[in-house]
Amino acid sequence: MSAELQSKDILAKAEALRNSLSSGFRDEIVKSLYTEAEHIAKRAVKTAAEKRYDLDQKIDRLVTSPWTGLPIMLLLLTVIIWLTVSGANVVSGWIAVVLFGIGDYGRALFNQIGMPWWITGFIWDGVYLGLAWVVSVMLPPMMIFFPAFTFMEDLGYLPRVAFNLDWLFKKSGAHGKQSLTMAMGFGCNAAGVIATRVIDSPRERLIAILTNNFVPCNGRFPTLIMLATVFVAAAFPPALTSFIAAGTVVGVVLIGVFFTFLASWILSKTLLKGEASAFTLELPPYRRPNVSRILYTSIIDRTIFVLWRAMQTAAPAGAIIWIMANVSIGDSNLARATADWLNPFGLLLGLDGVILLAYIIAIPANEIVVPTMMMVYMGAGMMINGPTSNNEIFDLLVNGNGWTMLTAVNLMLFALLHNPCATTIMTIYKETKSYKWATLSVVMTLGTAFVVTFLTASFARLMGWA
Amino acid sequence: MTNTKTVLPTEHCETCPAFTQLEQMGIKVGDFDRVIALAGNPNTGKSTLFNALTGLKQHTGNWPGKTVTRAEGGFEFNKIRYKLVDLPGTYSLLSASQDEEVARDFILFGQPSCTIVVTDATSLERNLNLVMQVMEITEHVVVAVNLMDEAKRKGLEVDARSLSRDLGIPAIPITARTGDGIHTLLGAVADVIEGTIEIKPLRINGTPEFQKAVNELVPMIEQVAPGIPNARWLAIRLLDGDARVQNALTSGELADIVSRQQRVDIQFSKKMSVEGRQ
Repeated sequence: MSAELQSKDILAKAEALRNSLSSGFRDEIVKSLYTEAEHIAKRAVKTAAEKRYDLDQKIDRLVTSPWTGLPIMLLLLTVIIWLTVSGANVVSGWIAVVLFGIGDYGRALFNQIGMPWWITGFIWDGVYLGLAWVVSVMLPPMMIFFPAFTFMEDLGYLPRVAFNLDWLFKKSGAHGKQSLTMAMGFGCNAAGVIATRVIDSPRERLIAILTNNFVPCNGRFPTLIMLATVFVAAAFPPALTSFIAAGTVVGVVLIGVFFTFLASWILSKTLLKGEASAFTLELPPYRRPNVSRILYTSIIDRTIFVLWRAMQTAAPAGAIIWIMANVSIGDSNLARATADWLNPFGLLLGLDGVILLAYIIAIPANEIVVPTMMMVYMGAGMMINGPTSNNEIFDLLVNGNGWTMLTAVNLMLFALLHNPCATTIMTIYKETKSYKWATLSVVMTLGTAFVVTFLTASFARLMGWA
Repeated sequence: MTNTKTVLPTEHCETCPAFTQLEQMGIKVGDFDRVIALAGNPNTGKSTLFNALTGLKQHTGNWPGKTVTRAEGGFEFNKIRYKLVDLPGTYSLLSASQDEEVARDFILFGQPSCTIVVTDATSLERNLNLVMQVMEITEHVVVAVNLMDEAKRKGLEVDARSLSRDLGIPAIPITARTGDGIHTLLGAVADVIEGTIEIKPLRINGTPEFQKAVNELVPMIEQVAPGIPNARWLAIRLLDGDARVQNALTSGELADIVSRQQRVDIQFSKKMSVEGRQ
């Protein structure tokens, strides 16, 4: 008891002493601290006599200039995505051949030793096929995109991006550091949401959290890349394919960035009213990236981590699809029947029932949307082997299941705008400690996805394009 | 390809007797003898040093504000097990952003045996502000002058001895990326903790009237929390009207720290409890 009494005494005494001091005493202390630091630093540091050639500054003048900054940024993004598209395409084919080959072999082996059909089907056409799809669709783009992204990060380019985009975020009523968290979102939206801790103002931090999902994460890039390659680029001469595909993906990314600004602006004018706060962002020196560490970080921390997570959801998803495809309801099966039931709504959005079913099954991880979709299509068409080339995928979707260019475009838009994956929703809940904001993040994104795809579908139909 | 996959040890280290002294323990930090805090301005290489010491692969990136929570890891040096806590990068400990609070609370209430302030050799002046603020809180500070390679590239010559002399605490030049100077740094940390070298941390005294006010408060704080090591800093913060410190005082958090610290002292270094706390 006496201790508490005394601590109150101390507070009172401090209060009294504070009032007795001249008002500027805090500034005095801070000032003398800075002066002392300046003296000490001056004594300890000697600058070499010759005028140093400051390369950093020259580069910065170029990459952060109002005229060249944004074009250079776009160019770098395009180059990275082009590398990813053209490289992934080749490797994806190889991996598909090997993995689907193993599937055929395993299935044959099980048949040979007289396993019941449902065990063979469950394991090889369900669980294994789901895994094989995820690995062949996701691994190659990740192995190229992640190191490239980590390289830019290690080099020190990300803060320059923040610098270039600052005025846009400010206009949207958001914090300039949101561009950093947005950039992290390209890797993983959950990581992007955690990274918003660098934003001090709670209002601006919430905006950054709620809008992070509008940039496609690495789980969604493979979907975009596949659709861009198989559909959009297919209409052009083969020599141009990879450029057109990369250009398309960059276009989709820009649409996502546009929606980030739009949603930030709307939020800052409605639910989260307020002015953008000022901040100082240090442009760190460019540093020579450490190649082995980049490979380690991007392969182990990012690629394997994301792939492992995708595989953990792909295996049960594969099992669910197989079961759904093998539970018969009259002439049809459960998967088909569910897809048919969802179909009218899907068509309204320029998609179809199977795509919506795939999205529902893929809520735990967006990475498995395309594999899930493919498996439902194939299960329905009694096609056992996975398609191993772009032509076969094109054939399956267009000739087998009535896809059009509208389907592909709207699926890309839907993949870009729809709700965050379960991990991200959980992260948003953990970071905001609020069901309200977590729910809003889902409603807002899903609502945007529905509205946008509905509008594009209606417009395309009105114009007679689809 | 460079040979710095794990940053440490490099080939030279393996032939050096000191090599056997450092053992990276990763996240096995359940059992440790001493706690070291890593503080510093954003983007000075705290995480790189953290990874070099613990062998962990905490994600490093060339942008300020990357470490948003504190990371923990362990290492063994000269048969003593250390727990290393990587704090978020901050420019000061005065204002109350989330990062600065995490860093300050840990240095003050976590009572690390020693705090390493990682500084950027290419912009020492700005970095020293934080060093001096940390020195206000605790005497057990070692400055790691990092990015010496970059300073050299930019034509800067940094005299760590002059820094040491002026600050009154060890200042060790290092290059965390390659592991240069890390053993010297750990040696200095051990020396500071064991009290085998003399430290005289530089203090900013302010105006005489301010000095008088501080001197009036210090004995009162020491009475409430006997043996508290940073009564002077607490007095300054109270004069400044710092809500967090006021709270810690009334809630008894300060008294808790003292009793915890005394247990630690008895356990590890009798010398310290005799000399350092009176």
